[in-house]
Parts: sequence; C-alpha cells; structure tokens
Amino acid sequence: MTPITADATSLFDKLWQARLIKDLGDDRGLIHIDRHLLHDLSSPQAFAGLRQAGRPVRTPALQVAVPDHIVDTMPGRGDATVRGGADMIVALRRNAVENGLRLFDIGDPRQGIVHVVAAEQGIVLPGMTVVCGDSHTCTLGALGCWAFGIGTSEVEHVLATQTLVIRKPSSMRIRVEGRRGAGVTAKDLALGIIRAIGINAAKGGVLEYAGPAVTALSMEERFTLCNMGIEASARSAIIAPDETTFAYVRDHCGSPEWLPVATEAWTMLRSGPQASFDREFHFNCTDLAPQISWGTNPGQTIGIGDAIPPLPEPSAPRERASAERALAYMGLAPGQRLEGLPIAKVFIGSCTNSRISDLAAAARIVRGRHVAPGVRALVVPGSSRVKAEAEHLGLDRIFIDAGFEWRESGCSMCVGMNADRVAAGERCVSTSNRNFEGRQGPGARTHLASPATAAASAIAGHIADCRQVAGR
Amino acid sequence: MKAFRKVTGTGVPLGRSDIDTDAIIPQQWLITTSREGLGKGLFSNWRYRDDAFTPDHGFVLNEPRFARAKILVAGPNYGCGSSREHAVWAHLDFGIEAIIAESFGPIFRDNALRNGLPAITLDGAAVSQVLAQLAALPANRMTVDLERAEVTGPDGTAYRFTMDEERRRALLDGIDDISATLAHAPDIDAFHSADRIRNPYYWVQPPRD
Ligand code: SF4
Repeated sequence: MTPITADATSLFDKLWQARLIKDLGDDRGLIHIDRHLLHDLSSPQAFAGLRQAGRPVRTPALQVAVPDHIVDTMPGRGDATVRGGADMIVALRRNAVENGLRLFDIGDPRQGIVHVVAAEQGIVLPGMTVVCGDSHTCTLGALGCWAFGIGTSEVEHVLATQTLVIRKPSSMRIRVEGRRGAGVTAKDLALGIIRAIGINAAKGGVLEYAGPAVTALSMEERFTLCNMGIEASARSAIIAPDETTFAYVRDHCGSPEWLPVATEAWTMLRSGPQASFDREFHFNCTDLAPQISWGTNPGQTIGIGDAIPPLPEPSAPRERASAERALAYMGLAPGQRLEGLPIAKVFIGSCTNSRISDLAAAARIVRGRHVAPGVRALVVPGSSRVKAEAEHLGLDRIFIDAGFEWRESGCSMCVGMNADRVAAGERCVSTSNRNFEGRQGPGARTHLASPATAAASAIAGHIADCRQVAGR
Repeated sequence: MKAFRKVTGTGVPLGRSDIDTDAIIPQQWLITTSREGLGKGLFSNWRYRDDAFTPDHGFVLNEPRFARAKILVAGPNYGCGSSREHAVWAHLDFGIEAIIAESFGPIFRDNALRNGLPAITLDGAAVSQVLAQLAALPANRMTVDLERAEVTGPDGTAYRFTMDEERRRALLDGIDDISATLAHAPDIDAFHSADRIRNPYYWVQPPRD
C-alpha cells in the first residue's frame, strides 16, 4: 500500500502550482511569468503591436533584452550587419530604452546569446517560469525552472500582462543510467537520446531528465542536454535542482543574503517517488560513442565510427521518405561512413556548445595543431563574458595559432541570419542544434557534433573521431 | 485578431512529414521589423530555383491547379523547430487561410491560432486520404468549417475535428487574447503582491546590475 505521506507530485506539477495565478478550468491556467527574455529577432513586431494598441509594458523589471541573432561577430563590430539587420538591433534598443527594460547591448560585457546570458548573469533561478521568443529557451530548464519558447504574439501578451494562458502540458521523464566513456560529451548524450526516443517523442510537453547519468553532469553539460530537448519536441526540458545547481547559482548571483532561504525552498523542487508521467523513457549511455548527424533532423544521427543505416522499410513510409530526402540533400548514401568525409567548415558555438567548458574541450584537442588546408573554422563564444574568460585562460591564442577565427559572441553560423554562413553544397561540422535543410544557409550540409568532434575534424580536414586525437 | 468561421477554396497537398519552420520561411526573410509581405518568402528554398525568384515547377505550390490555394494539407509534425511567428504570417500573407495536418509543432500551432489561422488536426488516415485525393483528382476544392468543426475533402467526404473549445471560440469571435487576460488584472495584481512576500528573491534585480 502506498503510504499516505508518499509524494506523488512531479517536479513540473510543483512548478505549475507555484506559478499559477488562477485556474481557468478545462485544464487551463493563468500563469505568472517570472522572467521574459527578449532578443532582436522575435520582438520588434510585439512592441509594434503594443504601441498600436496603446498598451504599456506591465512589469518592466522582469524583462531583459539582448541582441544576438542578427549581430555581426567580427572583432570591432558595431550595429552594422547583414542588410536590414541594423534596423532590428536599433529597434530592440529603442524598445528597451523607451520601456525601461534592462538591455545588454552590443559592447556591454554581458551581451551574448540570450540563453547563455540569462543563466550566467544570475537572471534565471530555480523554480521560476521563464519565456523567450525562441524555441531553445528550454535550455534554461537545466536550472530547475519551467522555461519555454513562445511566438511573437505571446511575447506581446507577456509584455502587456506578465502572464500567459496555458493548457497544462503533458509531462514525460527520461531516466538516464550508465557511465559515459572517454570523449563522450553531453552533446553526444543529447544526440544519442534523440536518436533513441525520436524527434516527436515529447509531443510538445515537458520532459524531465533524471537518473544518475544526469545528476553526474556539470551545470554547463546540463544546459547542453536541455538545449536539445526541443529537438525531441519537448517545449520544456527540466532537471531537478541539486547541489550542482545551487553551487552554480551561488557563483553567478554573488552569494546574496537571501540565498540560504531560497536554496532551502528549492530543495523541494523534485518529483516525488510516486509521481507519474504521461510517458517514461529509459536510456543507458554506457556504450554510447561520440555522435554525429548524417541527415536533416537531429534524430538522423549515428556513432562516429558507424555507417549510415539502410533505408527504413517501406512499411515505415514516413521515416523512409524523410531518410531518402535527407540523404539526397546531404549528398550521402546508406552504408556510407561519415568518418573521413572531407569538410569545408567547422563551427564551434551556439547556445548548445559555446560555454567555457565547451571551448576548453575544443582547445585541448587543438593545442599545438593546425586547421587543415581548405577548412574554414570559427570559434564563437556564447557570450562576451565567456569570451573574456577564455582570453584570460589563453584559449583564444590556442585557437588563433591553430588557424581558427576568434569571434565576438552571438548566434553566428548556427542560424545563418548574419554574415556567418555555410555555402550551398558545403559540408560543415557544427556544434549547434539544428541540421535542418538550409539552416546554416541555403543548401548547407550540416553535421551536428560535440566541440571535441568539431575540433578534431577541423584539424583532420574531414569528419574525425575525437578519441583518436589525444588532447594536450 | 480577425475572426474565422469558414473557408472554401483550393486545397494544396504537402505530404512531407516534419516540415520545420526554417523550411516554411528561411532565415533571410526574418530580417524585418514588420509582419507584412512575408508571403513571398513562404517555402522560398523550395519554391524558387535561384535568388531571382525563378519558380521551381517541380514544387507543388507552383502547379497551376494549386494556384491561389487557401487550405494547406500537410504531413505530420508540421511547423516543428524554430518559434518564428513569421512562419504563420507568411502563410496568411500568401493567402493560406487554414492548415490541416495529423500533428503540429507546438509553438507553431499556438502562433497560428493566435493569428486567426486555424491549425486543424485530423487523424492520420483522414489526412492521407485527403492528400491522395488532392494529388489524384482534378477536383481540389475543400471546406474548413469551424462552426461545425468539420472539414470537407475534395470528394465531399466530411471529417469531424476537435479543438480546445476556448481556442475555437476565440477564433470564431476573433477575441484578442490580451484583452481577455487583462480582465483578470485584479488576480494578477494580487498574485504579484503576495509573491513579493513569498518569494522576494524572484523580485530582486541580479546584483551585477
Ligand atoms: S545559437 Fe542558434 S539555436 Fe541558439 S538562440 Fe541562437 S539561433 Fe537559436
């Protein structure tokens, strides 16, 4: 018999309950939003809508704005970027200033990719609701908060009301067991999981990552894992906060006097032993190899030493059609090996893999070596703070000496909306999160991988196994 | 928001699964501060052969019999990926007034419903049947009737669909979500006051500011 004290609430249920202003019936709730993050791409139309309706920003103190998608990443940059881009940066600045929002502008030491900045500036805390007009907002759920991406109409709604009306999402859990082998990073774990459970597995719900292999991750590794949640169709990913989380918050908030009380409250934020979920998954990472994608969705991924799988059976027409189309786009065939395939570009950056530990892992492989002829390789720190820290550690010299370009922070080649693009037909090993057709530029062929794999491939000039290139 | 009750017009089949919003509206079209004029960018990497907008006649939207389509019928997981609402504005600007699929990317679906563009889910068998008919039959007129919660396929078959009642009403009446929420302003104020005491640390500015 279940003891009556048994806790059957899930972590997500607790977050929902705590931030629910009003139950609207029919499973819908009016939810308070603790942090609203804004960037250059998805906000101008929202502010225009507010102006048109003559509505003020309800709670300016809970908004933070930072330009990242469109910005140029060349050293010495200003507002100038691709055609039309400067207008968006200027619009963000004007909207922030006019409405009294905090802004981490170009040139500010706090500027960077919104999801990287929000965590490292101590803006986001466990237990909060966090939204941003960007699907990778799920990254921040690694801190034990409910973080999710929204569209521009919802951005306008949050600006005007500091709330959203939400139908309670389904909730799922994946337990990750086992021990990762050498050279197998959080990115490989993220890709391996998506490949195993499928790109539709989470069906727009909330996915909790749990189990010993998740608890063992550092905070930065947890961001990488949660970042890819949306690629398994999880609108939010969450990890219960623990000592690792609290230590990170302490380091990034500067030990304020309220921290012990808050930490005490946050220890309650975990799924009870009796909690039930709409769906549960299990994954064992012990035999996982470094992963690399071959197709045009993140689930089309294999171990670095493996061959591209045969086409799915005709009895699975959807998967088969998708694989055929992906192979044609990528210029690949079933049975082919990716290792050894020549590449033109390498991109180390994006909200998935641009934190200091990512750059350090890449630098360990790069040190004392050189980028292969014919390869153009970029390192784009996730924030100006990461950049400064890397320079303090001398990582910039290692990259520059090896022939990498060392850039200012921003989304850069992850999205191809700025000057950093992959040309049609070019193959790129990228530490970003999406290998969709045209994502890095029309016709670009993206292979998703970890910073270690990207670094090893840049040096080799072809897709390479990072475990065969000893770190120095 | 513009109210939606019913649309009758040409249906266009786009049966691929997992069409992401990067494909619906490629990134170069997002460099704008306006919601207008995005129809030209809808599926631009598939619709055009080059930067001069030469139509690719192999792409279904360029087939003369699907010109001026009003209803898009798509494969499962339509609109997955990036949250860009431009993907919805592009459909509307192009002239698409309703989308039917077995499933949608969650953010895309929310965005669509908030813009008066019904994103309607039918079961996989029904969608496959409609897709096959659109591809094979000369007839391609369809109807989406939100009041009756019914889609009529090219051969006249009617399919019932369900949608959150609150979303359906909002579409039918063209309700502005923000005004509806502002009606709860006293509750929001009360929550804020209580939360400042309950969780004061959520209300302090980060120390570095
Ligand atoms: S780095 Fe890429 S995925 Fe992350 S916010 Fe920027 S564009 Fe989006």
